[in-house]
Amino acid sequence: MPKRIVFGLSALLIGAVQPALAQQFETPGSRLLATGGASTIEGSGGGGIVPWATLSSYADEGEWGGTAQMTEVQVDDFSLSVQGASINWNNRVEVSYARQQFDLETIGGELEQQVWGVKARISGDLVYGAWPQVSAGVQYKRNQTFALPQAVGAQDDTSTDYYVSAAKAWLAGPFSRTWVANLTVRSTEANQLGLLGFGGDKGDSREWVGEASVAMFVNRYWAIGMEYRQKPDLLSFAKEDDWKDVFVAYFPSKHVSLVGAYADLGSIAGLDSQTGWYLSVQASF
Amino acid sequence: MKTLVFAAALLLGSIMPSTAQAQSSALYQQLGERSGIETIVEEMLLGVADDERIAHYFADVDILRLHKLISEQVCNVSGGPCEYTGETMAVSHNNLGINNADFNALVEHLIAAMEQQEVPVSAQNELLALLAPMHRDIVE
Repeated sequence: MPKRIVFGLSALLIGAVQPALAQQFETPGSRLLATGGASTIEGSGGGGIVPWATLSSYADEGEWGGTAQMTEVQVDDFSLSVQGASINWNNRVEVSYARQQFDLETIGGELEQQVWGVKARISGDLVYGAWPQVSAGVQYKRNQTFALPQAVGAQDDTSTDYYVSAAKAWLAGPFSRTWVANLTVRSTEANQLGLLGFGGDKGDSREWVGEASVAMFVNRYWAIGMEYRQKPDLLSFAKEDDWKDVFVAYFPSKHVSLVGAYADLGSIAGLDSQTGWYLSVQASF
Repeated sequence: MKTLVFAAALLLGSIMPSTAQAQSSALYQQLGERSGIETIVEEMLLGVADDERIAHYFADVDILRLHKLISEQVCNVSGGPCEYTGETMAVSHNNLGINNADFNALVEHLIAAMEQQEVPVSAQNELLALLAPMHRDIVE
């Protein structure tokens, strides 16, 4: 047995001439599988609808990382398409971009929005240490189809969300499985993410909302979980509900992740009980 | 007589494992006891030797001694009948400049070795949870 180690070590000394750059592209980053999470519909790294304290991709100290994502949500009377990308430097700062198209299938028409995000890790680590990883972020949102939101009472076509998130993993939690939980508080005045503009006739000021996610890893590659997201309710023409979903996430490698979810988005633009499917694919490099 | 019963009770008490120890030795068994642990550590070190992110840390290390010490340590923390005879983690990693990425690279090789040895996910997680606090003493 020890012979194999000696052999391995010799092989390593010979192999030391291999270019370091190749390794950079072979492995997307040094953080552990799944700690990059998925991409949210607003572009930030996280769950599906909640930005997490984790930063996107697998970049660790001294590394760069990036992601690209496509997400489709289909509920009874609406569909949402998201395309996004992010970069992560040093597992310290994440910059993200997302483009959203919201198809009003029953009402008719389409709403569009762009979201630029910056998130910084303030302290802690998701996996190691007693304290959670804490990050703070902003999402600058620009609604590009403001005529309809304005007609129903929205005040602004641009706004910025601010949030603070804390996330922690328990390597051997209940059932000796790895668990991850995230809590986010957000200051926002967005109507339906901002797709229906910002501020409204019921109020033109920011509100603090809470968002939470919990996931359990069945094994290294599969996780199941749920998310909850409070939302403001600033437009009198239609009630806005909190969002929730249950999801299954698959991390076959550090290069790609898939998330499928069943989402309950409540009432949107006067059409109640919007439930349906969410599917997201992310590539990491 | 009373003294004898008391002594017997003491003896029995010291032999009977506490619940926590019983759980740990279940982990020791799930890891394949001493030989299973030695194989896992060997596979891990072979992975490390092939990984240019961290292999340089082990270039001047007596790899057989390292294999013995890590095996002892895993055996010990998992509740097996082993004494760890090496230095503390803080002393043995002093001034090596190991960062988070390096630490994670080693963890990945440990996980890969346990997967290869078909260690149940629950036992993998329990061992990782026992070893994770060492991060504090190893990473600078």
